[in-house]
Parts: sequence; C-alpha cells; structure tokens
Amino acid sequence: MQKAETAMKNEKQQSGPFIQRDRNWHPPAYTPTYKTSILRSPQKALLSLDNTLSEMTGPVFGHSLIGELDNDLLQNFSQNGDLPIGERIVVHGRVLDEKGHPVPNVLLELWQANAGGRYRHQKESYIAPLDPNFGGCGRTITDDDGNYTFRTIRPGPYPWPNGVNDWRPAHIHFSVFGQGFAQRLITQMYFEGDPLIARCPILNTIPDQAAIEQLVAPLDMANSLPMDSLAYKFDIVLRGRRSTYFENRREGN
Amino acid sequence: MPQSLNYLKETPSQTAGPYVHIGCTPNFAGIKGVYEQDLGASMVNDKTKGERITIRGSVIDGNGMALKDALVEIWQADSDGLYNSPFETRGTADPNFSGWGRSAGEMDTGEFCFHTIKPGVVPFTDGRPMAPHITFWIVARGINLGLHTRMYFPEENTANQADPVLGRVEHKSRVPTLIAQKDGNDYRFDIHLQGELETVFFDI
Ligand SMILES: [Fe+2]
Repeated sequence: MQKAETAMKNEKQQSGPFIQRDRNWHPPAYTPTYKTSILRSPQKALLSLDNTLSEMTGPVFGHSLIGELDNDLLQNFSQNGDLPIGERIVVHGRVLDEKGHPVPNVLLELWQANAGGRYRHQKESYIAPLDPNFGGCGRTITDDDGNYTFRTIRPGPYPWPNGVNDWRPAHIHFSVFGQGFAQRLITQMYFEGDPLIARCPILNTIPDQAAIEQLVAPLDMANSLPMDSLAYKFDIVLRGRRSTYFENRREGN
Repeated sequence: MPQSLNYLKETPSQTAGPYVHIGCTPNFAGIKGVYEQDLGASMVNDKTKGERITIRGSVIDGNGMALKDALVEIWQADSDGLYNSPFETRGTADPNFSGWGRSAGEMDTGEFCFHTIKPGVVPFTDGRPMAPHITFWIVARGINLGLHTRMYFPEENTANQADPVLGRVEHKSRVPTLIAQKDGNDYRFDIHLQGELETVFFDI
C-alpha cells in the first residue's frame, strides 16, 4: 500500500445518504449516435436503492499525495526544462455539492490531448505529432473552500471514428472523487465559444441543453495572467447529502 | 411562482473515453515519471488484517467481447466491517488497509485484478447485517455514466440469502450476476454490460 493512501483524512464529519441522482440530467446509457454505447449500455432496469454505508463512504485522499508539479502540466513531463507547444492556460474552479457547500479534499485527476489534438497513448494513431514535453496528465486536491487550480496548454480538437467526419471539441477529461463513493464522477470540460461543441456526438448524449452548458468553461479574464496565460473557470457540482434529522429509525437502532 | 429551491445540478457525466488510463493510471499507460506509482495499485501491506483474496474478471460487451479499455475501481470495508473513510462513524478502520483499489486491466486481455482482503459485515440502513460485499464502479469508452454494482461471495450462501440488497432484486434469476465464482484460490467476477447475463447495476 502506498504512503499516500495511509494519509487519508480521519477526522469525523457528518455522514448521511446522498441526494438521489437526477438521471435525466446525465446522458442515458444507450445513445446510438455515439456508436460505442450501443454494445456497452445496460438494457435492464437499474436496481434503485437508498445509500448504505458502502456508498456514503469512499476514499478521501490527503494533500500529501500531491507532488509539487502534479497540477502543472506545463512542467510535469518537461524534458530538460523545455516547455510544451501550445496556448498556456490556467484552469481553476470550485467543487461544490448540490446544496452549494464547498467540498474540500476532493481529488481531481485530469488528462488531455496536446495542442495538436494528440494523446500520448499507444492506441492513438492521429497524424498530429506527440509533443516531447507534454505528458497530458495531472492531479490536485481541493482546499478547504473547494478551490482547485491547474496550469496546462489548451488541447487541440481531434477527429475520431464514429461518423465519417466527427471531431471532438477541445476538452479536458476530469475524474472526480467526493466524500462518498456514490459521488464518484468522470466528466469532460469544454471551452467557451468552440464551434465543435454543438456538433459533438458525445456532448449531445446529454439531453438537456442547460446540462451541456454546465460543461462549458467560460474565459475568465479576471484570473488570466497578463503576458502569460489565459484562464478558464470550471466549477464542478457533486451530489449533496440529504439532511437526516427526521429520518425514521426502526426500533433497536 | 414559489421560491426557488436554489439547489445546484450535479455536473453531468461524460464517457471516460479510450484514454482514461492516461489520467488515472499513467504509469500503466507508459507515461513514466509524473507520479511515483499509479493510485490504487495496491490496497494491502504485510500488516493488513484479514483473509487475503484475489479477484479477477472481465467487463464484457453485448457481443461477448471483453473490454480492453475499461477502468474498474472497488471500495470495501476492512475485515471488521469498517470503512477507511472520514465518514465512518462506527470506529476506526484498519490503518493498513485502504479499502479502495483501481485496475486498468491487463494490456492484452483487459482482465482486471485486485489483491485485497475479504471484507467484514456492514449494517444496512435499518441495522440488519449486509452480507460481505465489495462495491464496483466501472467506466470505459461507450459508458456514458459510471456503473455501480456489487460483488458478493459464493461461500456466504446463508448471509447472501438474508442480504437486504440482494433481497431487493426483483428477478431472482439475476441474483447470481452479483455473486463471484470460486476459481481455485481466487474469485472470478465477470461483469456483463448487456444480454441474458447482464449484471444488476445499481442506481444508488
Ligand atoms: Fe478526449
């Protein structure tokens, strides 16, 4: 077991079940315009249950896990101190729950293509070249107010085999841990103004336009660094906990 | 118009895509030197209490093919039934057991593998015991929202019969999709995304 995982936080906090997930807000499993979902989507009804302790709890990581360059994709794969090609950007935001409370100690892992739209992966065959100074992964943990920040380059759009000429808008993948395993989430962040957003079969798996817009990060000039980097702000909302003050308990509990 | 509830909406999910391993298990994906070790690669050490077990399995699509680009995570109680979580209020879990594991699967076969311990008993919401179980979470290209399910143990027949969650499965013929098979000294737990053997997934 690695040291980081023994550093999980141990102080007691309020526990309780998470608010039921609004499955109409998320993409459904079966979305034929995104072809890979056809054979990978469950087709039977899900078993709906209120959370038990197995879902109310989950792994929480300590800040000691995070290395100095983990949230700096400009430098964490740099060879000989050289920087990657591309538009330097800061991505920052807050992790809140559905009740608007900041969520501290949330581990965020992110991955992305380089400025040419190429991933550093053996199964990736796009013609755009690898950047020797760009790995494409990073991670950080939210502070006590739920804030996080990364530094990276803006990823390029890339074509993918779905329709004949489908392109992914520029995006950054996020893996998000909360406080309970029921909050576990993977999503993607997009960039304000990208004309590929409206054409993306993966974004369009989301039925509600307002939900799609929730994944589009606005340009944030207030946090841009003059003569250095533009900033984009991406807030993330995790399931909130239900209040349990008036919960019925069976006798003996 | 009534007042607004002012609740926020949960961030919508998007597929993990084909390159989830870059972000979650970069060393496995060949991106060395960014993190010392892939997170969740080991759950136990030599001081961990409990019976050592190994779980293997595949995530299988509607054509019967094993996925090679999935990421599987598990979360479980320690051998006393306590979770290593700040939200565990019943006691303090074994500090030598993380309770959480992550597997990218074998490069060639996609088969996932976890070296862990058999979990203890955790109470259901009404205090009744739940049979020993491990929570699974599965993401991959083509999966739009991470899938939750559970693995139960085949030798726990009596406890499984009384388990309040298994008892909620309407079609009893589907209960075996949640119970691992004994495979020598190991357990095998295949996850079927579709078809006759479709695993029971949870909205939880
Ligand atoms: Fe991508």
